[in-house]
Parts: sequence; C-alpha cells; structure tokens
Amino acid sequence: MPNSDLHERPALLQARALTFARNDEPVFGPLDFVLHGGEVVLIEGDNGAGKTTLLRVLSGLLAPTSGEITLRGEPLTLARLSPQVALLSHQSGLKRELTAIENLRFAAGLLGVRSGLSPTSALAGVGLDGYADVPVRQLSAGQRKRVALARVLLAPVGLWLLDEPYANLDLEGIRLVNRLLENHANRGGSALITSHGAYAYTSGTPRRIPLRPGAANRQPGIDNLLNAGAEPSGAMQ
Amino acid sequence: MKAGSTLGACAALVRRDLTLVWRRRGDAANPILFALIVVALFPLAIGPEPEQLRRIAAGVVFVAVLLAGLLALDTLFRGDHEDGSLEQLVLSPHPLSLMLACKIAVHWLTTSLPLILVAPLLGELMHVDATLRWLLPATLLLATPLLSLIGAVCVALTVGMHRSGMLLALLVLPLYVPVLIFGAGACNAAQAGLPFLAPLLWLGAALVLALVLAPLACAAALRISLS
Repeated sequence: MPNSDLHERPALLQARALTFARNDEPVFGPLDFVLHGGEVVLIEGDNGAGKTTLLRVLSGLLAPTSGEITLRGEPLTLARLSPQVALLSHQSGLKRELTAIENLRFAAGLLGVRSGLSPTSALAGVGLDGYADVPVRQLSAGQRKRVALARVLLAPVGLWLLDEPYANLDLEGIRLVNRLLENHANRGGSALITSHGAYAYTSGTPRRIPLRPGAANRQPGIDNLLNAGAEPSGAMQ
Repeated sequence: MKAGSTLGACAALVRRDLTLVWRRRGDAANPILFALIVVALFPLAIGPEPEQLRRIAAGVVFVAVLLAGLLALDTLFRGDHEDGSLEQLVLSPHPLSLMLACKIAVHWLTTSLPLILVAPLLGELMHVDATLRWLLPATLLLATPLLSLIGAVCVALTVGMHRSGMLLALLVLPLYVPVLIFGAGACNAAQAGLPFLAPLLWLGAALVLALVLAPLACAAALRISLS
C-alpha cells in the first residue's frame, strides 16, 4: 500500500507558520499544513479569507511574507515546482479566440501530456466531446471551467492546485470534479482545492484546512455595522 | 508521463500566437494604417515640393514607424495577462526568458515586419532618392527588433497595472530616442553623401546586446508584475 511509507518520506508539500501580508495588512496565516502524495486537501474559507492568495503563494507566484514552504523536504522554488504542478485559477488561462481543442493542444505542447491521454481524450474526459471545434468565447462559463479542468487533467504532473474548481459547474460537473480528483489521488497524485464551503469534495473524507483572514483584514460583520449606526461613536461627536 | 521538450513548447507558443493574430487580423492591420496615414498627411500639410519632403523623409518615416510600434506594444502581454495564460506560461517548466523571446519574435513578425514591407511605399510618398529606397527598409530591419525588445521589457514592467498606456509611453520613449537618432541619422547621412555605416553598426551592436539581455530582463520584470 502506498500509504504505509507516507510518513517516512518527506511530505510533498509542507507549510510552516506561513503568512502573507499585502501592504502590511495580513491576508492569511499563520498557517501550518502538510500535504502527502495521494492526498486531496480542501482549503475552506469565506470570501476574502485568502484562499486564492494562498494558492498563488503555494504555486510560487507570490513570495510568502514569513514562514516557509518545502517541496519534498527542500525549500520551494518556482523552478523545482513548475515541472510537477498544474494550477487552475480564476482566470481560465484559455484563449477566447481559439477552439477548445486548440487551447488544449497548446497546453499539451507547453506542458507535455500525461501518458495515455491526448487533448481529444482529455476533452472527452470532462464531458465536452462534441465541443472540440467550438471557440472558447462561445462556451458557457461552466463549459470553460471544464476545458480548464481538461488542461489540468492533461498535464503530466502530480500536484494539482485548484482554485474554486466547483464554481460555475452544474451538479454533473461537481460530480465530475470529484471523480477526477478521486482518480488523481488513486494514481498517487495530490491536490489542494479551495472552496467557500457551498460544495464539498464528497468522495471519501478529505482533510479540511480552515482558512481565516488575518486579524487586520477582518471585515466588520453585519451586526457591527448595524450597531455602529445605532450608537454614534465618540470620534464622530 | 511525458514532459514536453522546450523546443516543442516554443513551437506550440509560436503557433498559438500566430493563430491568434490571424483570428484578429483586422487589429493587426492597425499599425500599418496608422503609419500610412501619418506619412501621407505630411505632403498635404507642408506642401508637395519633392526637395523639401526628401529632406525630412527619413525622420518622418522613422517617427511614424516608431509610433505605430508603440501603439501595438501594449497588446504584447495584455491579453495573456487578462486571461491568465501569462500565469500558465510562468508556471510552465521551460525557461521563461526563452518563451518570452518567442512571444516578442512573433510580435515583431506580425507588427513590425509588415511596416518594413510598406516602408518603400512610405518612402515613395516622401519622394526619397535611390539610396534611401533600400537603405530605409534595411535600417528599419535593424531598428525595429531593437524597439520591440526594449518595449517588451517596459510592457512587462507595466502589465500588472490598469490603464498603464501613458506610463508605458513615458518609460519607453526615452529608450527609443537613441534608436531613432541612430536610425534616422544613418539615412540622413546617406542622403547627404556622408558615410553612414557607423550608426548602422551601433544599431547592430545594440540589437545583439538586446537580443541577449532583453528576454532575461523581461522575464524578471514579468515575475515582479505578477506578484
């Protein structure tokens, strides 16, 4: 079983006391977590909790303000990470003027192809077999998400960083994401996915990491706002 | 699992960018139209005397080509930044500077090369003499890649900002001025019967330097812009 030697090898991705601040305002953290091979971890947090920022930090696009990230026991750098990571972010990374298959062919040329897959079969794998020659600009938001998922599926990498993979998808699409994640984990791949909690990874019991905004970034709750209206503060008088 | 080769990735990127330009070929014609209009307006504005036009021909064509290039410069990374493909490019396992060099090459090929091809026509509008008929396109062939490479570094620095058009022009123009002086200077010298090889060699040397350094600077600038 691959699980037996999990704890003898260094973790795939490990964060220690990770924080990120933008203009001295903490966005998230401090955060500690470990991601092993073959594991799917769900990062849960409300809007503005810093989920997207966390994924950008973990993908090496942003440098953390403090704390450290290690990849297989050694400090994470973009050069070491890039051959083994696929990122799905809010911007699809797809060209609107190109067709779905042209976008995937480009991704295949750039990143390579997972053995046993081709752009065509990846597109079929996300339930878009009839849409190969449709320009992406004519696809719906959910269909675009599926094409972006096909790109992630196609890349020959072990680590998926998926930012809100469930957004814009219908029920069938959510099941599809869960199926893709399950297959990926069974192959020994790992994934970090973010969600604001409305949908959840349903297969098995994934580990969840709650993400709370940094103290200074915490927005006043609706109750505070209502109270503030009722009792004028001293500064206003 | 099969990882893509760097050469294959470059080919895929070049093919994609060329396809994109072809799909938006209406936009791609804008720089040529702009340069044609600017140059065609000069004889109307200052009068049709060939002698007078000939004297300012090299300068006018150079300025028109330079400004047309500036118009198209913003499109180099803007679209890729907006739809997230720049992020994917940075995360790809290939050297970013090489990928960007490919992008700059395609950009030059699709915006500047057409301008060089219409340069003889632009020259004809300004009544250039026989020497300039070949020297003008030849000088542009040296100068425009240099302009593209310098411009790309500045675009990479400003790509993360909203409405960076004015800032880009302010950053780029001081760097474009030496290229303009050497390029138009070589043409003017040739027209006056003076030796013109030295400014051309300077342009060539600067181009070689930019070919090596600009993609590296571009990659560094882009990583800053994305963070």
